[in-house]
Amino acid sequence: MNEAAHPMESILRMDRMPHIWCPGCGIGTVVTAFAMALQQAGIPLDKIAVVSGIGCSGRVAGYIKLDSFHTTHGRAIPFATGLKLANPELTVVVISGDGDLIAIGGNHFIHAARRNVDIKVFCINNFNYAMTGGQLGPTTPEPAITTTSPYGAFENPFNLPFLAEGSGAVYVARWTALHIRRLTKSMTEALLKKGFSFVEIIAPCPTLYSRRNRLGDGLDELRHYHDKSVIKHGADTRELDISYRDKIVMGKFVDRERPTFVEALDKRFTEVFGKKYEPYGKVAT
Amino acid sequence: MKADAKGVLTGAHYLDGDHACAEGALAAGCRFFAGYPITPSTEVAERIASRFPLVGGLFVQMEDELASMAAILGASWAGKKSMTVTSGPGFSLMMENIGLGAMTETPCVIVNVQRGGPSTGLPTLPGQQDMMQARWGSHGDYEIIAVVPNSPQECFDLTIEAFNLSEKYRVPVMVMMDECVGHMTERVDIPAASELEVYNRKLYDGPKDQYLPYKVENGNGQVPLMANAGDGYRFHITGLTHDERGYPAMNAEVQQQCVSRLMDKITGNAADICRYEEHRLKGAEVVVVTYGISSRVTMRAIELAQAKGLSVGMFRLITAWPFPEKRIKELAEKVKSLVMVELNMGQMVHELERCVAGRAKVFLSPHAGGWVHDPDDILKLIQEAAK
Amino acid sequence: MRYWRKPLDADEIEVPRGDIHIVESQCKGCGFCVEYCPRDVLELASGYNLKGYHPAVVVNEAECVNCQLCEIICPEFSIFVRLKNNQPVCATDIDLRKGVDIIES
Repeated sequence: MNEAAHPMESILRMDRMPHIWCPGCGIGTVVTAFAMALQQAGIPLDKIAVVSGIGCSGRVAGYIKLDSFHTTHGRAIPFATGLKLANPELTVVVISGDGDLIAIGGNHFIHAARRNVDIKVFCINNFNYAMTGGQLGPTTPEPAITTTSPYGAFENPFNLPFLAEGSGAVYVARWTALHIRRLTKSMTEALLKKGFSFVEIIAPCPTLYSRRNRLGDGLDELRHYHDKSVIKHGADTRELDISYRDKIVMGKFVDRERPTFVEALDKRFTEVFGKKYEPYGKVAT
Repeated sequence: MKADAKGVLTGAHYLDGDHACAEGALAAGCRFFAGYPITPSTEVAERIASRFPLVGGLFVQMEDELASMAAILGASWAGKKSMTVTSGPGFSLMMENIGLGAMTETPCVIVNVQRGGPSTGLPTLPGQQDMMQARWGSHGDYEIIAVVPNSPQECFDLTIEAFNLSEKYRVPVMVMMDECVGHMTERVDIPAASELEVYNRKLYDGPKDQYLPYKVENGNGQVPLMANAGDGYRFHITGLTHDERGYPAMNAEVQQQCVSRLMDKITGNAADICRYEEHRLKGAEVVVVTYGISSRVTMRAIELAQAKGLSVGMFRLITAWPFPEKRIKELAEKVKSLVMVELNMGQMVHELERCVAGRAKVFLSPHAGGWVHDPDDILKLIQEAAK
Repeated sequence: MRYWRKPLDADEIEVPRGDIHIVESQCKGCGFCVEYCPRDVLELASGYNLKGYHPAVVVNEAECVNCQLCEIICPEFSIFVRLKNNQPVCATDIDLRKGVDIIES
């Protein structure tokens, strides 16, 4: 019954399917949510660019049939910053993993949020480095087993929404790969929001994280999300730590207004130079 | 194509090399700059930051050099001519994304105002110790282009040249200045925009659904046509080994094609890219090969040598990479010996020895940096080489 | 449809019906669609596809109400549902895609 075209054929590179992600991995579901959000946001598809870093989630860009960039490890955000600032007309989306965006790319993450560069960052958090075989990541909760924490993790993991809010993000939300309609809605809002917008998506990694911790397969992980997740819009981001196998607080936590990098730049230069200055971001408004 | 008059500060100016470099970038059409402060290169960024607002450019000071390099690649794909500036320690951080620039064939310019190293080394004093790093610094096999100015005027001229070459060959181009040239102030003549040739990347304009980002059309010197993000071609670009479609392909055949072309497009066009200056080479028995600030000290040594009746000439590298292999081989056939003068313990001399390949003697005047050579030391070496 | 109390206008309402498409070769048998189909329309096949997975198969198409949850939860882009050909396009076809989560805690 394959005669009909897949509804996402216009957005996905179907000539590259099947993709590389494992059975039960949540990244594909997140991509579906993103594809639906793109349709709902109504932004012209030619004016959207997707940037990924390295890792399992770093492969997302390669499957999106838009201008898409698979960059170096941790550098998706500064690459995206260059794209966006060089052409403010583009909607620039970064989709990558927790290790890529928050560990090796952590410095770029906080500074892009501080500058309020108008990019959308969708972080797929599977609690470990999956592409390299399941190592300890910046989000691995204590005492999860990974190949580099064979006796259990003991470092304190990042609370990503708190980090994003503290750094200056104007939109912060968290969902799981199970809460896909709400995730889609958040992604749509983020796409239409002006400024640094961040959505964390908790997703299963059955092959590595779940297997090493004997948590079952992808479906078991979705059932865990079902049982342990709580929607709490506007929750205090300081209280959003995810402890091992404990509750996952989801929702939209931050939605505020702050001048973007280009808006602030235009305001400053207009004050200084007056009419001699031609606003840089004029095409974006 | 002629330069956009908006960025061209036509007239005679008294500028240091760093400021002249910034003016060169503006004249070349650079309208995106991302950088991180580092001595002795910071004045380039400072001048760009003050000049950009009224010429429609965007300056952003990034959180580090990793980010700066990544940002100029992103900006280049958005269609802007982009540049970053640094010195040794920052250059080391940029290597990661210089590799991405080479692999994805992204036009961009990286200026390195060299200081003494290794590590933090001599932040305020000169060196030419990043010459090999410029060529080999990122992992894997690739080719880049590097130019070496020896005066503020050349900092202006060669920065334009660097942009032209990067747009033409879709490759990161390095402007390898040094602290002396960067901080030396001299007259710089900036011509009218109508007299400045600038090259803009060739863009694909065929059917949108048929665009292959890495397909080489015949007659374009192994350089594929580019498309800018937002123009509707919906292309995919990756740092992974990729086929004509830009899709990752993990096998030896595609790797061979991909890497070979990255190298061939530079080595195969070396005749078009290579620039050098020859001084009194006719009949010379000894040729001093040098570049950057060292060439100016060498000039004094050559005057002293000639006063002593020695037959000596100078060959100045303007492009260090690709190395002017063909011309050096010709010279090696004719002369008794070649002397390399550079502000390092021996870097480009390896390339010189490779090309000379025993046809003449090769001497090195090494210097660890921190100051320039003493012309008398060079003279002594010339005398030895002439024996 | 199962109702605990039959609505008065149940006979007048035309329930949307789905036309289910499965790209069998792309399915990796994760079972997400089977687990979360609210009408138990799907099962994993006992046989294998070319990649060696047990793909999802339709066992009860008549029960499908075109909610498209399988389509959006599928990580493989290997299942999608469209309104049955002969049904008039109704608002639900679009609205369901924008609707709230069926799964909530």
